[in-house]
Amino acid sequence: MGKIVALTGNEAVAHAVKQCRPDVIAMYPITPQTQIVEELSQFHANGEIDAELIPAESEHSAMSACIGASLTGARVFTASASQGIALMYEMLFVASSFRLPIVMAVSNRALNSPLNIWNDMSDTMGVRDCGWIQIYNQNVQESYHTIIQAFKIAEDKEVQLPVMSCHDGFVISHATEGLQLLEQKEIDGFLPPREAIHPIDVKNPITVGCVGIPEYYPEIKVQQEVATQNSLKIIKKVFQDFNSRFGTNYSVLSPHEMDDAEVALLAIGSLAGTAKEAVDKMRKEGKKVGIVALRVFRPFPHKELCDSLKNVKAVGVIDRNISFGSMGGALSMEVRAALYELKNRPHVMSFPTGLGGRDTRPEHFEKVTEILLEVAQKDSIEENYKVVGCRGPGCIEV
Amino acid sequence: MSEPKNKLSAWNEVPFGGYILTPGNAREYRTGDWREGKKPVLRKDKCNNCLLCWIFCPEGAIEREENSVKINYYYCKGCGICSVECPVKAIEMEEE
Repeated sequence: MGKIVALTGNEAVAHAVKQCRPDVIAMYPITPQTQIVEELSQFHANGEIDAELIPAESEHSAMSACIGASLTGARVFTASASQGIALMYEMLFVASSFRLPIVMAVSNRALNSPLNIWNDMSDTMGVRDCGWIQIYNQNVQESYHTIIQAFKIAEDKEVQLPVMSCHDGFVISHATEGLQLLEQKEIDGFLPPREAIHPIDVKNPITVGCVGIPEYYPEIKVQQEVATQNSLKIIKKVFQDFNSRFGTNYSVLSPHEMDDAEVALLAIGSLAGTAKEAVDKMRKEGKKVGIVALRVFRPFPHKELCDSLKNVKAVGVIDRNISFGSMGGALSMEVRAALYELKNRPHVMSFPTGLGGRDTRPEHFEKVTEILLEVAQKDSIEENYKVVGCRGPGCIEV
Repeated sequence: MSEPKNKLSAWNEVPFGGYILTPGNAREYRTGDWREGKKPVLRKDKCNNCLLCWIFCPEGAIEREENSVKINYYYCKGCGICSVECPVKAIEMEEE
């Protein structure tokens, strides 16, 4: 094990990237990810990383550069957030369709308009169907570890897909926490150099990105989908390997106080930590509430989720975006769909929380739990969702 | 992409990521299958080898020969431009 140091989430990501020995880094700065760009540029200027650093003119170009570089067999990293991810939207699909193991760190941020630089997950939830694996971090230590795991998952022979490692803007990206670094040789032992399947090579020309006529398009997409579904197995394997080497405890989701829970919270990202605090407090007050912290959102671990939620009467999904005109946030819809086939499925309510950086406190989760206990008692729900941290009728302000 | 339809590969057989690992295979694609009922037929006895059809053919499906041209039906999509442009009416569109 390496030193224990104090770093912000973004600095921790930059350190992890440096230790993963990338070949190419193409980036465009955007709040709250900018510090990652700054730190990596500093490492590069100091000669601490032996990578091509491409300061792109936009996020669309940054992702395009990543795609070209990754096709040559290089290990490639980028980072973005919010409007940046929106701008690289079309290239995100190209990266996953080309089966390129690019790793992108995301400092989650709300989307315009109104202009807002603070945290929610409108950005990554908005690109949930672009074929990238998505892993969400709860704290700075996780943000550091996930970058290392992400390259290992992405570059696995059976996966060959890009990975987003997401942490909450400001809440993690700019919060200084103590974390334990890993020694370079420990990371080298865990993460061998990339072995590309079909690197582009002038001596053995291939065509990438050709037209896929209707006679071929579905076959190519199903091949990609099967790889994405199967990646869950590899993600679990990589987490287990990491846990056994470094004494951590990573899994696709982690239940807490769920054994005899009557109602459950389902949270993702840093709010899972806040919710856990609230659950511990409510347990002392005798309320039968538990929490499931979701770490992997794509591929969606629906079987594991059903297993962890099958015995509760009501689930409150702590969403981090609003999927306008639907039944709440994006996460809640995945949860409803996953639970649908259960014989005695729980009621599901969505609680879009902390939009645009609105502060979320344990009291908010206590209020959500009150509503869930009422739903469990009445065995019916009146509303599909309630926004948490908003003034006005129908919302939970606390 | 020239396989007969009943032999098209399944999702677990198509190349990784839709890559084409055999460069130049576009020439195997039988665009002649696109013709819808009519094909150009050349009457060599009328042809004066002016090569207007060779110039106008958008598919490069007219090939040059010693004193005339030859239509390559593997690629000819049956658009009929050659027949319209031929100044001596040596190319007629006929039912297939």
